[in-house]
Amino acid sequence: MAESPFKADIERVQKEYSEKMTPGAIVYIPGSSVVNKTGSWRVFMPKFNKDKCVRCFLCYTLCPEPAIYLDEESYPVFDYDYCKGCGICANECPTKAIEMVRESK
Amino acid sequence: MPMRKVMKGNEAAAWAAKLAKPKVIAAFPITPSTLVPEKISEFVADGELDAEFIKVESEHSAISACVGASAAGVRAFTATASQGLALMHEILFIAAGMRLPIVMAIGNRSLSAPINIWNDWQDTISERDTGWMQFYAENNQEALDLILIAFKVAEDERVLLPAMVGFDAFILTHTVEPVEIPDQEVVDEFLGEYVPKHAYLDPARPITQGSLGFPAHYMEARYKVWEAMENAREVIKEVFDEFEKKFGRRYHMIEEYKTEDAEIILLTMGSLAGTLKDFVDKKREEGVKIGAAKMTVYRPFPIEEIKALAKKAKVLAILEKNVSFGIGGAVFADASRALVNEKEKPILLDFILGLGGRDVTFEQLEEVVEISKKALEGEKVEEINWIGLRKEIL
Repeated sequence: MAESPFKADIERVQKEYSEKMTPGAIVYIPGSSVVNKTGSWRVFMPKFNKDKCVRCFLCYTLCPEPAIYLDEESYPVFDYDYCKGCGICANECPTKAIEMVRESK
Repeated sequence: MPMRKVMKGNEAAAWAAKLAKPKVIAAFPITPSTLVPEKISEFVADGELDAEFIKVESEHSAISACVGASAAGVRAFTATASQGLALMHEILFIAAGMRLPIVMAIGNRSLSAPINIWNDWQDTISERDTGWMQFYAENNQEALDLILIAFKVAEDERVLLPAMVGFDAFILTHTVEPVEIPDQEVVDEFLGEYVPKHAYLDPARPITQGSLGFPAHYMEARYKVWEAMENAREVIKEVFDEFEKKFGRRYHMIEEYKTEDAEIILLTMGSLAGTLKDFVDKKREEGVKIGAAKMTVYRPFPIEEIKALAKKAKVLAILEKNVSFGIGGAVFADASRALVNEKEKPILLDFILGLGGRDVTFEQLEEVVEISKKALEGEKVEEINWIGLRKEIL
C-alpha cells in the first residue's frame, strides 16, 4: 500500500502541535489542521472495487478533501482518517467502482 | 513644552490619535463623532501623521479594516457613535477574541428609536459584553488622555484587548474647552511603538488568525479573554501611575469627591461628574452630608473600588444615562454584583436620567437627594427611578 503524500507533513505537525491556548487562539504551526481527523464526521464510507476501476482518476481529481491518493499502479487509495464520506467520488465514478456504505460505529 | 489649545472634544480625540501615531485609521462619519476622522484625515493630508486613512462604506467595514490592520501588526484607530457602534457589534467580539488592541473614540449618543442624535451612554453600555475595555471621560482633556492611556493598556502583553473611550455627545464632542496637548516626545516615550509578539503578518512565520474553535477549544479561548480583562485591572492602575509621572494628571478607576463623611454618595460616569461636583458643593453649603464619585473605567468593572466606596456611604445613588429594559440601569446591576456578598452594604438606588440629550438639572438632582434621604430615614422607596420624566405627556 502506498503512503499518504501528506505523511511527512502530518508527522511534522503531530510533533510540533500543542493544544496550549494562545492569545487570540492564533495557530502558529502551518498546516496543523491535519491533527483534526475529519474522517470522524463520516456516516457513509466509500467502498472501492478494484476490479471495476479503469483508473480514470476522476475520484482522485474531484475529492475535495483531498482524501484520495494514488498507489504505484495508479489505483486510488482512500485515506479514511480524512475522508468525510461526501460521496462525490462514488457519484462521479463512471464504472460504479465506488459504493457508499453506511458505517456502523 | 506642552501646548494649550482651545478645542472641541472631537478635536481632542483626533489629537490623541495623532500623538499615538496609528498606522491605520478606518472610519465612517456619524453624528456626533464625524469630526474625529475628519480632523485626522486633515492631519494625514497635511503630512502631520504618517498613516493609511481608509475611507469605508460603513462602520461594519471601518472596524473590520481596523481588525485587518491590527492583525497585520500595526496600531489602528477608529471613531464612531450610536447606530455606528451598533453596526460594529459582531466585529467588536471578533476584535476582542482575536486579541487586537484597537482603540476607538465614541461620542456617547442614544440609540434609535426614536431617532435621536444627543447624549446618553446606551451605545457603549450595550457593548459591555464584547470584551472591549471601556473608559469614560469627564471633559475634553480626559478624552485626549484616556485615548493615550487606552492604547498603552490595550497593547500591554498581559492584556491585549481593544478599548473604547467614551465622551458625551455634544456636551463634550462639540463643546470647546482648553486642552493641554502633550509633547510628542513624551507621548512617544510613554507609548512606544506597537510591536506585537502574538499577531502580525510575516511570510517567514505563517500563522492562522481568526480560525474555527471547536467545542474542545472555544471555552479556553474565551477564558483567556476573561483572564486578560482581569489582568487589565492592575495594568490600568500601573498605566495611571505612569501617566501621572509623565504628564502630571492623575486618573483613578473611581475618583471620589467629598466622600469622607458622606451619608449619600452619588456615583456617575462621564461629563455628569462635573455637574455633580458643583451640586455637591451647593448641598454641602446647605449642610447635607453628600459626596460624588466618578467611574472612569467601566470595563473591567471596578469591583474592589465599588466595595471601598460603598463602605463610606449609607446610600449609594447611581445616576446613569442608560437603561437595560426589564432590570434597570447597567451600572446599578453591575454595582449590585460587586456588593452582593458584602456583609455590610449601603442602600443602592438607581436613577435613570438624561436619556437622549435631556439636560440633567439641579432640580432633577434635588429629586435624587430627596429620594435618597427618604431611603436613609428608613422609608420605602423605588429601587429604579426615572428622573426628569415629563409625566404630563405620558
